[in-house]
Amino acid sequence: MALLEVERLNTFYGQSHILFDVSLVVDKGEVVCLLGRNGAGKSTTLKSIIGLVPPRWGSIRFKGQEIAGLPPYRIARMGIGYVPEERRIFANLSVRENLEVACRLTPGEGNGRRWDMERVLALFPRLRPFLERRAGTLSGGEQQMLTIARTLMTNPDLLLLDEPSEGLAPVVVQALKEQLLRLKETGLTIILAEQNVRFVSGLGDRVYILEKGHIRYQAPMERFLADEAVRMAYLAV
Amino acid sequence: MDWLAENTPRIVVQLLSGLSVGVLLFLVSSGLSLIFGVSRVVNFAHGALYMVGAYLAYTIMRLAPGSGPYFWLALLGAPLGVALLGLLVEVLFLRRIYQAEHIYQLLLTIAIAFIIGDTVRTIWGAENRSVTRPDFLTATIPILGQAFPSYNLVILGLGPVVLGALWWVFYRTRWGMLVRAATWDRDMLGALGVNTPLVYSTVFVFGAWLAGLGGALVAPIQGLSPGMDASVIILAFVAVVIGGLGSFFGTLVSAVVIGEVQALAVLNPFLRQYDLVLPFALMALVLIVKPVGLFGRPE
Repeated sequence: MALLEVERLNTFYGQSHILFDVSLVVDKGEVVCLLGRNGAGKSTTLKSIIGLVPPRWGSIRFKGQEIAGLPPYRIARMGIGYVPEERRIFANLSVRENLEVACRLTPGEGNGRRWDMERVLALFPRLRPFLERRAGTLSGGEQQMLTIARTLMTNPDLLLLDEPSEGLAPVVVQALKEQLLRLKETGLTIILAEQNVRFVSGLGDRVYILEKGHIRYQAPMERFLADEAVRMAYLAV
Repeated sequence: MDWLAENTPRIVVQLLSGLSVGVLLFLVSSGLSLIFGVSRVVNFAHGALYMVGAYLAYTIMRLAPGSGPYFWLALLGAPLGVALLGLLVEVLFLRRIYQAEHIYQLLLTIAIAFIIGDTVRTIWGAENRSVTRPDFLTATIPILGQAFPSYNLVILGLGPVVLGALWWVFYRTRWGMLVRAATWDRDMLGALGVNTPLVYSTVFVFGAWLAGLGGALVAPIQGLSPGMDASVIILAFVAVVIGGLGSFFGTLVSAVVIGEVQALAVLNPFLRQYDLVLPFALMALVLIVKPVGLFGRPE
């Protein structure tokens, strides 16, 4: 059984139809890339899955259970973690509080849990000196790390990452990629929405391409990378 | 300078009295601001909750007029009663309209204000009521030769206590942290698995409790009448708007400023005629200079 099965998803913003019959399958341990230009529907797909923009029609099954229409907090509690494109850190809280907000288990309860403050800080050591600082004072790259760290604190089984490399300096992007590779090694399942093909190569296992709200293409990563024509058609600016 | 030297005692007493008015106003407007900050609902029924607090305190204190223990009992019981009423209002009505447009939320909270207002009239009658202060707080205390009511001193003393308690709740408890996070980005908080509907409910109940405390404290100072909710809700709105919608600290500053402006205006024969208008003039001025309020955050 697949971890996540999305079937014929149709999502609207008010009157405008954004996603048309989007279907995708994600198996446990996979890193699936959702590629496409700006406005193709990548963010909306992730927001539909986490429930922030519930689909009007279609089905989303997670661990075999239907989750379409549930409030986001219930979906998150089932094991889906969402890292938004705009990062949306709580700028008025300290870095430590941003992490604590997401931590659901009470201290001492988590013998079997995978992520806690120490482990998250081991993955993102640059956050440690800033723990008591207001999160709004962090740089863009640090905020990106904080928003991923914050979501990890919820101990997700599936991580939805929305354009994490956007707006970051090349050095920071490289560091981020290494951190995501380490996440992948832990066996975490990830859906990665991106435009940056270099960033996802070597990271993703499979690729879906969205255009104008439709899934146009799907293939394993190697085949996608070998297919110059597809990249020109759907991704070149 | 002569005028100043001559009037220093009066000014000091007016400053203290303005501060006690500010403390009371803060109790009401902070709840209003808190509820708006988290749920984005402008709660027009907040004045009605305050009024219920005052009437409940009146009922409790009337059991033994002048009694100290019953005064404290009223300060404890009345806000709890209002919190319970707030819980009822949230669960039965507000919970259903958080996602609705502002206009429907306004209609609903105004309707609730009317319903509570008429219920108060039915239970306690339309005539004015006055509450006997507890015996140990009826005296006046001379300050620089001026008589200052000891009851207002108690309010002045309670101000920092309440403020300290609120600070502790918001900065030292997990609930307070979640409330601050929800004020910043409630949808993101939900996406992290936090039960945000529960946060909304508890914030509303807490805001109602603060309004009830304000009402209970004000009962022995002002006469009670079924129209007292309308006057306080307007002033509380002014305080919240001046401070910046959703900013707790801003509400504190503006409540004290409004209290002081009104108190000091009494000293000037010209301004005295306009003391009811002054908070609004102040609000207009702030809105022109800084449309989001003194400590507000642009959307």
